[in-house]
Amino acid sequence: MTMLFGIPLPALLGQLLIGFINGSFYALLSLGLAVIFGLLRVINFAHGAQYMLGAFTAYLLLFYTGIGFWPALIIAPLIVAAISALIERTMLSRLYDLDHLYGLLFTFGLALIIEGTFRWYYGAAGQPYAGPALLSGGTNLGFMFLPNYRGFVVVASIVICLAVWLLIEKTRLGAYLRAATENPQLVQAFGVNVPLLLTLTYALGAGLAGLAGVLAAPIYQVSPLMGSNLIIIVFAVVVIGGMGSIGGAIVTGYVLGILEGLTKVFYPEASNIVVFVIMAIVLMLRPAGLFGKEI
Amino acid sequence: MFAPPARLPLGVARLQSEVCRTNHLQSNPARHPMHVAPFREKRGRDELWEENSMHIVRSGASRRRSGLAAGLIAGSLALAGSASAQEISDGVVKIGIMNDRSGVYADTGGEGSVVAARLAVEDFGGTVLGAPIEIVAADHQNKADIGSNVARQWYDEDKVDAIMDLPTSSVALAVQSLSREKKKITIVSGGGSAEISGSQCSPYGFQWAYDTRALSRGTAGALVRGGDDTWFFLTADYAFGDSLQSQATEVIEANGGKVLGAVRHPLSTSDFSSFILQAQSSGAKVIGLANAGLDTSNAVKAANEFGLTQAGQKMASLLLTLTDAHSLGTKGAQGLYLTAGWYWDQDDENRAFAKRYMEKHGQMPNMLHVGTYSGVLQYLKAIKAAGTDETEAVARKLHEMPVEDLFAKKGKVLENGRMVYDMYLFQVKTPEESTGEWDLYNQIETIPGDKAYATVAESGCDVSSFPKN
Repeated sequence: MTMLFGIPLPALLGQLLIGFINGSFYALLSLGLAVIFGLLRVINFAHGAQYMLGAFTAYLLLFYTGIGFWPALIIAPLIVAAISALIERTMLSRLYDLDHLYGLLFTFGLALIIEGTFRWYYGAAGQPYAGPALLSGGTNLGFMFLPNYRGFVVVASIVICLAVWLLIEKTRLGAYLRAATENPQLVQAFGVNVPLLLTLTYALGAGLAGLAGVLAAPIYQVSPLMGSNLIIIVFAVVVIGGMGSIGGAIVTGYVLGILEGLTKVFYPEASNIVVFVIMAIVLMLRPAGLFGKEI
Repeated sequence: MFAPPARLPLGVARLQSEVCRTNHLQSNPARHPMHVAPFREKRGRDELWEENSMHIVRSGASRRRSGLAAGLIAGSLALAGSASAQEISDGVVKIGIMNDRSGVYADTGGEGSVVAARLAVEDFGGTVLGAPIEIVAADHQNKADIGSNVARQWYDEDKVDAIMDLPTSSVALAVQSLSREKKKITIVSGGGSAEISGSQCSPYGFQWAYDTRALSRGTAGALVRGGDDTWFFLTADYAFGDSLQSQATEVIEANGGKVLGAVRHPLSTSDFSSFILQAQSSGAKVIGLANAGLDTSNAVKAANEFGLTQAGQKMASLLLTLTDAHSLGTKGAQGLYLTAGWYWDQDDENRAFAKRYMEKHGQMPNMLHVGTYSGVLQYLKAIKAAGTDETEAVARKLHEMPVEDLFAKKGKVLENGRMVYDMYLFQVKTPEESTGEWDLYNQIETIPGDKAYATVAESGCDVSSFPKN
């Protein structure tokens, strides 16, 4: 058997692929964070809670109304986006003129309240959520057994990331958005409804988190703690990629997923700190992050 | 001093206010900067009791069962009769149920253990030697310092006579050693470390439901003897995971099996796919899970997804409660081997108890819950037999008396405080076999108590240091 760094090649390929799958979640989540920070300058600590809300909404839809995975994939993110839009309109929008810290504290408090409420009702152990029957089973790739659903997650996340990137960088709506953050007064003077744009942006970011939550539901237990387990890593991803850099967040998400996967082979005990070690190194060498611009 | 470590789940921060509050009650104020001395001195016993009750209501693990929390205080007070006897100190027998009511183990113990304890009081008749029986509860948040503080306050100010349940071995050990100092009885049904009745045993400490040694002997021993003799471990990277793995390894090797390897994963890992892949390529016949709670659930889910069991490898969990199995569902957990001391569907007596419990709590009880029931019941029986609630006399009775209730059909207590009773090897049913949400286990074999548990000599408990009667 071919060996590479003392590990059989097929095993290494398998781990790389798994890293790529995890990277898909990091990319989706950090993309939403980067959109919100880039356009609203809000450090959205409720992102993990919104991810968890997405998963729980899918679970509740199935449990109470029998709505399965595919419709939930559309409906749940919309529900999360709607709730988040309401929160943005009624509360978060009042904090835009204050220091970033207030937005951070507000969203952090919000996350605690949402998670606490769900833990009260559903306990910490989590609920199982069955994936779509269409994607059950797996494919033998020769070097590993790839569950079909995970393959789907990779494809879906690449498509979504690309679509969001195109939306913001290449469309007229995206241009408005970017302009509105550069100079809101001027854009408003041109007749564009800036507050509405900001609400839509926050809803989009939160909706992305909700979507990632639905995608994660069949893989992990749907648990109130699922978001807080992930959010800190995702923040590290955004910092490494460069706060506010949308392309950077996507690329960094995938790369870090892969690096973390490799750590699990070579030194598993360190697998949950490797992201932070990389973050520390990047911050020392490039304080604005890999893809960020110096402000 | 209460700043949460960086990777603590966000929800934990919510508990910090409770931490501070608990520390107000600490008996050594000088060590705690957050202590407000005048506040403490002013409060009388009744206020403290009220605070305990508030704790019960506020700590929140009672989940969606409506009305339960509100009924708690009323329930415990209703049990109080009017008569009190000379033989009972303070005229009341007060039992403290201490466990995790809001964190990762809130479902395996939590409010469920309090419900079980109340059922035991009910079954005993509500009074002992004419004195009323009270159940109080507190949340130790899986932290040894909080557990010790609550225990100290319970003993010194609230006249609690015994503390039970105590999941999370580190907390159980801390409270047991404090109780030894204070000459009070502890009955641990939640904590699993074999140390509790081993090298750190106490003359007034009892371990009731299970321990890591029994679990590994049960699961690993039975599987190896059945020909599944090569193992690979997924081990949680902390003391508990370590001891599970090493005790299971001993059993595997003693039975002629072999451990091919192990991978140590960080506590609270959400994605196990990478570790599952390593386990898969090891070619071992059995993948042993030396972890607990959410880690076990996530590992089992990933193993299913990656077709590990379908490819002929077996999964064995060294600690899985019915609550975990239920949250995984038969689809996720099917085929998993585990050892437990009690299952609701074993006989009519168990089913009847489970039904009563279900009506009160909305869930089926697991081994830890019923262990608490049995511990409370046996403690009350011992008081009755001794004719007093004085610790030495009750401990002597607890050591002497056989345990015969719906939990331990034929149990005995060893000199080191270990309650020895038959354990069972179960396998989780497939979705096709299961007829209901809680119809989860097939019983594979009975592991006689003497085979499952260590002898006093093996346990490492120095019984010669105990006071002679």
